[in-house]
Amino acid sequence: MKRLQSWEGFLLAVLVVIFVGNAMLSPQFLGVQNQINLFQLSIEKIIVALVMTFIIINGEIDLSVGSMMGLSACAFGFMWDQGVNPVAAIGVCLLIGVAGGFLNGWFIARVGLPSLVVTLATLIGFRGAARVLVEDRGVGGFPDWFNALGQKGLIGPVPFGLVAFVVLFVVLFVLLQRTGFGRKTYVIGVNREVADYAGIDTARHKLILFVMSGAVSAFAGLLFAARVGAVRGDVANGFELDIITMVLLGGVSIFGGSGTLVGTLLAILIVLNLRNGMALMNVTGHIQTGVVGLLLIASVLVPRVPALWRRRVTA
Amino acid sequence: MDRMSPQTLRTLALLAVLALTVAFFASQIENYFNARLFNRISSSVAIMALIACGQTLVILTRNIDLSIGSVVGFTAFATGNMVSGNPDINPVLLALYAMVVGAGFGVVNGLLVAYARVPAIIVTLATMAIFRSLLVEYSDAKSITSDALPQWLVEFPNTPLFEIGGVEFRAAFVTAVLVVLAVHVILTRFRPARRLFAVGSNPEAAEMAGIDLRKTVFVAFVAAGALAGLAGFMFLARFGNITVVAGLGFELKSVAAAVVGGVAIFGGSGSVIGALIGAILVDLIDTSLVRWPLVTEFWREAVLGMLILTAVAVDQILGRRLLAMRIRREKRKREGAQ
Repeated sequence: MKRLQSWEGFLLAVLVVIFVGNAMLSPQFLGVQNQINLFQLSIEKIIVALVMTFIIINGEIDLSVGSMMGLSACAFGFMWDQGVNPVAAIGVCLLIGVAGGFLNGWFIARVGLPSLVVTLATLIGFRGAARVLVEDRGVGGFPDWFNALGQKGLIGPVPFGLVAFVVLFVVLFVLLQRTGFGRKTYVIGVNREVADYAGIDTARHKLILFVMSGAVSAFAGLLFAARVGAVRGDVANGFELDIITMVLLGGVSIFGGSGTLVGTLLAILIVLNLRNGMALMNVTGHIQTGVVGLLLIASVLVPRVPALWRRRVTA
Repeated sequence: MDRMSPQTLRTLALLAVLALTVAFFASQIENYFNARLFNRISSSVAIMALIACGQTLVILTRNIDLSIGSVVGFTAFATGNMVSGNPDINPVLLALYAMVVGAGFGVVNGLLVAYARVPAIIVTLATMAIFRSLLVEYSDAKSITSDALPQWLVEFPNTPLFEIGGVEFRAAFVTAVLVVLAVHVILTRFRPARRLFAVGSNPEAAEMAGIDLRKTVFVAFVAAGALAGLAGFMFLARFGNITVVAGLGFELKSVAAAVVGGVAIFGGSGSVIGALIGAILVDLIDTSLVRWPLVTEFWREAVLGMLILTAVAVDQILGRRLLAMRIRREKRKREGAQ
């Protein structure tokens, strides 16, 4: 626990450095509009990163989130195109998320297949379903209230997506750190067999987590449709890797059993500020991603250097 | 039946599925089963087989390499740059150059995973992005075009080495298959290569048996890098035009081919022949669905995803059954002896 706290302290220090650096290098950085933009541009990813934290702490992984976001967005576009009532369409999209998450969870928890394989298959499959729905068209022209949810401020200048992110963070924080469900998420992640012997229905728990992941991804996909105002078959393509990077950078162990939502939140802020700062300095997207990649390796490597060094000396 | 290893069974089952798939599409699509089908699929399998083979080596040791697509992209570009600067370079040297560049990236991955003990999924997730941004920097917003390449290189993938009844065995495909076969022979007949399996099936036991875990994992990553480099060479020869997005998404396709080919994602079991057949099967379905009039080409990915899921689920369930059957048989034998 002490190590974890110091890890979050380290993330906070990094965040402060980047934040101050950005503020000094670019006069626009501290503006309210830029601060909101900073979140808005990645709002879907950071919402899904919160649930991904649960999945990874549980010792699993969900590679299909980007495709589920695409599927939900395209399903909405398809239904809107067919003249379905948009409110009903939103409901159907969320149900698709639940069903997709259930499909993942069933194969992982009940059949016992590795989540890496199952969600790799559904990454391809959900994306395929999205393409079947909209083919190579773009669908747009959604109702104004729908687009406004993605684009306009809901409380002052703060848009709906950001409000949803904050609410979801609080709910999930309480769920993970203050309830039995959260404790079980950790325990199963540390050692599934022991959790089984302790009488925890680990399969059911995993199933619930994957359904959560599917539903939240579907929600994030709808948010994407609203923010951009149009959907295409490649919506949210490749988002899964950015999302997983944020969670791992936040100190969640890829082997499960440790990590916190606060760590994920700090990592999200670091990645967003870093990308925003680089964008303000005209650094292209590929290079930005490369820098985030370096940060990811450094985040795991740096705390390990003293231990690696000691081993060399004693050996 | 008794003596057939699970690995052989798995390979036979895969071949049966392959034959069934061909038979199915042949009944659905007119004029389907002909030499052109083979020629078309063999050109793209030449690239994917090499990557899937490298991915298999890494997966065998309980790791994963997500940077493989970026390595293919970078080496394709670097090799293109090399050959357009020195058009008279020896073809073998050029292929070796591609492999060395690829192996260099493998060294980075291997050092971080094996010696710095950072989990492979984290390392290669990061290096996937880092290698790609190196390519962006290195390419300086230019791209390689096929006019800059020498004639022999552009013709290489389509040169038929020999023909059997209109079925052309083209140079790139034959090379890829030979490489995979060579890796297979090394893996099954060469003692040090067995360490990959030992490390993947039980690292603690392997270490107690005196196997150098770190070296083994390191070698697997370097070999995967070299194979990805060779795939980059093939990629350059096949497409000619290389931009910064070359090889994007290959990492997941290679994992899919390996998994469909029966390589266990948690290491220790699988064969590169399986991965080769997996790559062929994935490509066969991909190519055939485009021509199937009943569905639009947009169904390709949806079907592919279902296929992978079914393949691994069936494999898992059959594997469990087989194990249960074997245990029962052993039990009966023991009871008979008493």
